[in-house]
Amino acid sequence: MNQVKTLFEKIWDTHVVVDEPGSPSVLYIDLHLVHEVTSPQAFTGLRAKGLKVRRPDRTVATMDHSTPTKSLSIDLSDMMAANQLRQLETNCAEFGIPLYGMDSPERGIVHVMGPELGLTQPGMTIVCGDSHTSTHGAFGSLAFGIGTSEVEHVLATQCLLQTRPRTFNVHYTGQLRTGVTAKDMILALIARIGIGGGTGHVFEYTGEAVRSLSMEARMTLCNMSIEGGGRAGMIAPDDTTFEFVAGRPFAPKGAAWDKTVAHWRTLPTDEGATYDREITIDVAVLEPMITYGTNPGMGVAISQPIPDPAQEADTTRRSSLEKALGYMDLRPGQPLLGHKVDVVFLGSCTNSRITDLRQAADLLRGRKIADNVRMLVVPGSEQVRRQAEAEGLDRIFREAGAEWRFAGCSMCIAMNGDELQPGQYAVSTSNRNFEGRQGKGGRTFLASPLTAVASAVNGTITDPRSFL
Amino acid sequence: MQSFTTLTSTFIPVPFNDVDTDQIIPAEYLKVTSKDGLVEGLFQRWRYRPDGTPDPAFPLNQPEYQGAQILLAGDNFGCGSSREHAPWALQGWGFKAIISTSFADIFRNNALKNGLLPVAVDAETHEQLLEMSTESPQLQLTIDLATQMVTLPGGRTTTFPIDHFSKTCLLEGLDQLGYLLKQAERIAEYEQAMGK
Ligand code: SF4
Repeated sequence: MNQVKTLFEKIWDTHVVVDEPGSPSVLYIDLHLVHEVTSPQAFTGLRAKGLKVRRPDRTVATMDHSTPTKSLSIDLSDMMAANQLRQLETNCAEFGIPLYGMDSPERGIVHVMGPELGLTQPGMTIVCGDSHTSTHGAFGSLAFGIGTSEVEHVLATQCLLQTRPRTFNVHYTGQLRTGVTAKDMILALIARIGIGGGTGHVFEYTGEAVRSLSMEARMTLCNMSIEGGGRAGMIAPDDTTFEFVAGRPFAPKGAAWDKTVAHWRTLPTDEGATYDREITIDVAVLEPMITYGTNPGMGVAISQPIPDPAQEADTTRRSSLEKALGYMDLRPGQPLLGHKVDVVFLGSCTNSRITDLRQAADLLRGRKIADNVRMLVVPGSEQVRRQAEAEGLDRIFREAGAEWRFAGCSMCIAMNGDELQPGQYAVSTSNRNFEGRQGKGGRTFLASPLTAVASAVNGTITDPRSFL
Repeated sequence: MQSFTTLTSTFIPVPFNDVDTDQIIPAEYLKVTSKDGLVEGLFQRWRYRPDGTPDPAFPLNQPEYQGAQILLAGDNFGCGSSREHAPWALQGWGFKAIISTSFADIFRNNALKNGLLPVAVDAETHEQLLEMSTESPQLQLTIDLATQMVTLPGGRTTTFPIDHFSKTCLLEGLDQLGYLLKQAERIAEYEQAMGK
């Protein structure tokens, strides 16, 4: 008799290599993505132990975190970043790993590039030394972030020791209203469950609201699973998924394609399968969301006032909120709408794909960004950059007064010199508003590309629906 | 990896909830290619004032807490980025264990792989420890891994969870990679059977 299973269970069960009592499962990894920041010590470990990379053919490297965005030359990076980037080149050459380096026309943020090349496919297990690996779950894969020790484990054995996480069904009903996006869906979830809400769990995003999202929007949704504490986030593959993957460089071709798609069609969660936890969110009532605090769970609908710590019964939560508002220099009860903005960042593995840039450019067309605002537009990959330029989107951004850059993580993590100055306020389409994340002393409001553009134009936090 | 059996030490409170790995070590310190020297960046934004001088209000800068090998952290410690630089930096300071009410998944994994013990206790014990640490920084507690027991100053004990495998590795100072490498044959069989 066939047991009913969730999408997660189907993938997990077919990737367990060894399951010994008293030990975690040995889980096989189909695809290992590598970048410059979390890999050097892993390669050093291999060398020290005299080990090889077991499956260089299942390993792909790129440079994204600390790369310059004003040029494509490593020489323009600071000495330490340049050294780390060169180290990646050396490591990849020595261990036979394909590297999409600075000279590659396909280089990009690892979570933008993988799907673009068709490396990311349904049913796979995918890891990377980066917590936003959850992004790839949008294709119906089990994808999660790992630390550097684990990077070494996967390089050496193509496997990881893992305890089976629990499952969490995040069910989105209804249809989004105009001006509300996948970014708002995920910010709403995190505001609801908190940043530790999904700890120990893998989210599966289900429901009609998810089905009608494009692949890019699904990636935005899965990207921020980690911000809700989830180990991973996944969406069952469907025709939207297959259409996106078809024809990409690493996608199966010809007869193999048909056979593979037939298998992919068996992956979605079976009727009657159950999850450890469930939550339902009606997206029809969602407004654009924005964060006010110093973690992604501190978010509200854009029309709402800044919460008052005095209303918080729990003492530790109250002090966290006070600390956050202190850092952000915001007053309880005040509206967020109309608050001054210094910088707008459109980019990051959350919102830097071609559809994000198109949406943003559409809203910006014929408008100018406010004089007091610096806006940075950083495409997620070199392919996205060229596509945007072919469509003339770069012109719209430039003519509106924004800076148009080469691909990279840029101001999402502020490792390459693209950063906020102390005290500055940014509306950012990235995923983390932690203290100093975008530059020492910088203050971040996380929001969708639409909200970012509307706020850039007015120079203050603005509901994008007022522009539509 | 260094083994962990028992530890008796004073403890430093950094009691904020949801301390993310960007606070434990900011991204500007991640450009290194080794594990050394990261302690410079540990809690950098909180340890130093904007002018670069140490902030005397931050417990790590206070003389009464020097030498403590246990960090008393707030709920959901280590959330955010997967950077293993966070446990490396904490170990660079001399921490061998972290006590909190809960830990973020990736941080917990990373810590265990480096011999830094995450100890999750109930909220009441946590609160009691916090009070003790602020009122009497000289008090010591004992963590015994074999019995999974914390002995509070004053003698009260409480237990903490840890999976059997991580516990064995820590007690014996075994690198988890060793276990995986021993599975090479099974991995090859799996690859063959699954056409990978
Ligand atoms: S864009 Fe930001 S969150 Fe995404 S991988 Fe780069 S640094 Fe990490």
